[in-house]
Amino acid sequence: MELTTVWFVLIAVLWTGYLVLEGFDFGVGMLLGILPKKGDKERERRVMINTIGPVWDGNEVWLLTAGGATFAAFPEWYATLFSGFYLPLFLILLALIVRVCAFEWRGKINDARWRAWADRALIFGSWLPSVLWGVAFANIVRGVELDADHQYVGGFFALLNPFALLGGVVTTLIFLTHGAIFLALKSDGDIRRRAGDFAARSSVATLVAAGAWAIWLQLAYADAAWTWAAVAVAAVALVLVVLAARARREGQAFVASAVAIVAAVVLIFGSLFPDVMPAFDAANSLTVDNAASTDYTLTVMTWVAVILTPIVLLYQGWTYWVFRKRLTTEHIPAHTGLTFRRDEPAAVAGASSGEGSGTIKE
Amino acid sequence: MDALDLARWQFGITTVYHFIFVPLTIGLSPLVAIMQTLWYRTGNERWLRLTKFFGKLLLINFAIGVATGIVQEFQFGMAWSEYSRFVGDVFGAPLAMEALAAFFVESTFLGLWIFGWDRLPKKIHLACIWAVALATNLSAFFILAANSWMQHPVGVEYNFETGRAEMNDIGAVLTNPTVLAAFPHTITAALLTAGTFVAGIAAWWMVKKVRSGDTATARDVYRPAVILGLVAMLVGGAGVAVSGDQQAKLMFEQQPAKMAAAEGLCESTDGASFSILAIGDLTNDCDGVRHLIEIPGLTSFLATNDFDAPIRGVDELQDYYAQWIRDWEEANGVEATFDDDTRFYPNLAITYWSFRLMIGFGIGSAALSLAALWLLRKKGTVTDKQWFGTLGVAAIATPFLASAFGWIFTEMGRQPWVVAPNPDPSGVDGVWLLTARGVSVVTSPATILISLIGFTLLYGVLAVVWYRLMHRYAVEGVAESEKDPSPEARAAAGRDGSDDDSTLSFAY
Ligand code: HDD
Ligand code: HEM
Ligand code: HEM
Repeated sequence: MELTTVWFVLIAVLWTGYLVLEGFDFGVGMLLGILPKKGDKERERRVMINTIGPVWDGNEVWLLTAGGATFAAFPEWYATLFSGFYLPLFLILLALIVRVCAFEWRGKINDARWRAWADRALIFGSWLPSVLWGVAFANIVRGVELDADHQYVGGFFALLNPFALLGGVVTTLIFLTHGAIFLALKSDGDIRRRAGDFAARSSVATLVAAGAWAIWLQLAYADAAWTWAAVAVAAVALVLVVLAARARREGQAFVASAVAIVAAVVLIFGSLFPDVMPAFDAANSLTVDNAASTDYTLTVMTWVAVILTPIVLLYQGWTYWVFRKRLTTEHIPAHTGLTFRRDEPAAVAGASSGEGSGTIKE
Repeated sequence: MDALDLARWQFGITTVYHFIFVPLTIGLSPLVAIMQTLWYRTGNERWLRLTKFFGKLLLINFAIGVATGIVQEFQFGMAWSEYSRFVGDVFGAPLAMEALAAFFVESTFLGLWIFGWDRLPKKIHLACIWAVALATNLSAFFILAANSWMQHPVGVEYNFETGRAEMNDIGAVLTNPTVLAAFPHTITAALLTAGTFVAGIAAWWMVKKVRSGDTATARDVYRPAVILGLVAMLVGGAGVAVSGDQQAKLMFEQQPAKMAAAEGLCESTDGASFSILAIGDLTNDCDGVRHLIEIPGLTSFLATNDFDAPIRGVDELQDYYAQWIRDWEEANGVEATFDDDTRFYPNLAITYWSFRLMIGFGIGSAALSLAALWLLRKKGTVTDKQWFGTLGVAAIATPFLASAFGWIFTEMGRQPWVVAPNPDPSGVDGVWLLTARGVSVVTSPATILISLIGFTLLYGVLAVVWYRLMHRYAVEGVAESEKDPSPEARAAAGRDGSDDDSTLSFAY
């Protein structure tokens, strides 16, 4: 295989890692505003947040690596894509920033208003990227207006076409379902049941929307016939998600929804190849050849990636194993955060410290 | 303002902001790891209490460091696409390596450390914080290798066909003499920053405890932290001076215009003095500069180790660069990239003052550490002198300021170049880029303005929240006691090692 092809595949692998892993983080984040029920809202939210607590940061690094790797392997792609999709990317960055801070700072202050703000940041910070990544990827496969210098000249509003908007709906639905399944897999008790219910319902919507989008993509924008295979795998996987979610077989459902995301990435990248950013005027398209770095750079980077990526997978896998235990509201300790006013006794924490059968109420 | 100015403001603001938090993370993570190691080794609870106390401050800071770092990863493509096209072949490599080799380790093991107190055996849990500490320092190496390449491009050649810089030697990029000097400099600056932070907070608490009659806690808990911080400051302070001197010598060879501008040196001089105070119209014009206080020969010495060495002034350098670049462009039939108005030296006032402020703020805090160590030299000494605590707290800001000015000096001093040409014989012809030519061409000024405003407002809000959180946790002080959460301790207490039914020792 040519090195440019290797790197095309590697970039796809990095995006797969990102979308599969941060996909459920986003899902859990969006569900924060949907699942917890009145009465025990705060503790249920904390269960949800803590299912991804130890791993969300590691998951996000897949995005940074995809970004850095694109810069190194396909600088023209990096330059055209990010300068062209400037505003959507800017919005994604804003969302990711508030989300990161909210995760880490939410529990630091024991105050209902403070937590409410953190929850808003988490929810907004999960919805917005979920939608926008779908819009962005759909536009990439669909093709954009590039001039002869490989500059994106289509403007912002051209990105909001029907195919792209449906793409945004699809990623959002997939992430919601994937996140609900993850939550059902990692929690126990009432919240597990409700997450399962949600997945059973949302998986149907996901199947419909994603199926329609995939077929549209294949018919309108794919050159190769083999990507029908990816469409088929995605469809089968999504059907399995529906079935497994209904039967509450959480492990199987999770594997199936992960496979569906993998298949979606294969479909997207498979129909792009050998372009990385097709242009309306095919002569201006960015391809794996004209966007790539030199052979020397690609060789160096291949060694780095081939050595390091398996190690990353090993220790990230180990993390999931360490934190394999299902969480329930019983596991959640009382709030340990301070209050901004120093003289205020940490009343809630005091009352419920001990075995965490906390009396934290909204 | 045009897109270029806006993009420069945006890059400057977001990067300087990112680098407020970065040095604290880089320096504090090894210090927390040392505290936890001391706990592991000695079993003395005070080190566990200190680990938890400074660990919380580290985490509050880490979050915002990560959040603002994400922006950095994409900014080059967003606002500096032409720069990215020109350098991507070589510049992207260290960036990708940083993510693969450092960010993954940092983020994954930090998660394990935060949530793993009661899940992981003590030794492995300790290894996690060390992994974080090493990874933050490793990440600094890769990003500095990338930055140093912009200061001094090596391991590349210019491709006339594609018009871009192409890498031919990754070894040279990673062992660029510039990064070998900048890395120790930045790391020791970070150690100085974190040392001052630890010593300052602990000193304030020590005084407070003594004054409230709790001399025991002051002596047992805060004093050791003060000493640890002071030692880190001393090591960091010595390190920045030694490595900074090294950098100054390299700068003289590699970026003579930066050196000359930093001295406000207009005409070439033998035995150039180091000016401590200058007045006049330093804006960007040689005519108005008047040096008031000077140390004879010191600039020559800093640059070359020889008090009498000749130093070229900006006037001579202006002609030198203009001539050299024009000759090369004409000889190779490359379209002219600059006109007669282009200045090949940076803004004099900014370089002059940022250099002095960096050194001044940094040396100030290092000197304080010497004085404080002297005061506390007798075993077990504590003090109730209010000024000691106040000074400790006041000192905390100084290394942050020094770092910020250091970067402003390095980056603004590189102007008008984004990739600076190497004038010495090792220079690679054609591998240079004017900042004005690096900016994105399709992003409109309005677009950049929107993001500039958006980032600045959000960053402003986050800065306030960060400060309040840090402050709140610092004034809370070290916990009265801290129980050993490890599985070993649970087993020893007779509870079974697994903890399926108990609450988590930590949760968000
Ligand atoms: C000398 C050190 C240094 C310098 C010059 C920079 N950074 Fe940084 N960066 C770090 C040292 C660091 C760090 C200490 O490793 C951080 C701070 C907090 C953290 O989590 O890691 C970090 C975080 C951080 C992150 C988030 C990592 C994560 O999610 O874990 C990214 C993507 C970047 N940085 C990227 C950049 C880029 C593209 C820079 C250049 C403009 C840059 N940083 C300057
Ligand atoms: C974290 C520490 C850093 C700080 C505080 C910093 C500071 C700055 C500042 C103030 C500017 C604006 C200069 C001007 O416009 O006149 C700038 C520009 C720039 N810096 Fe840095 N910088 C840092 C690290 C880096 C690193 C590590 C890189 C590359 C990896 C880098 C690449 C650039 C680029 C591309 C520009 C834009 C061009 C320009 O305006 O000069 N900087 N930086
Ligand atoms: C004796 C004292 C010092 C000397 C002689 C010195 C020298 C230098 C020089 C020459 C540079 C510019 C390198 C370049 O442009 O290529 C630099 C940059 C810098 N300095 Fe210092 N410095 C000193 C103290 C400090 C202190 C105390 C700090 C912070 C606590 C600090 C932080 C920085 C930073 C962050 C940079 C930018 C990054 C880099 O290029 O490494 N310096 N210093």
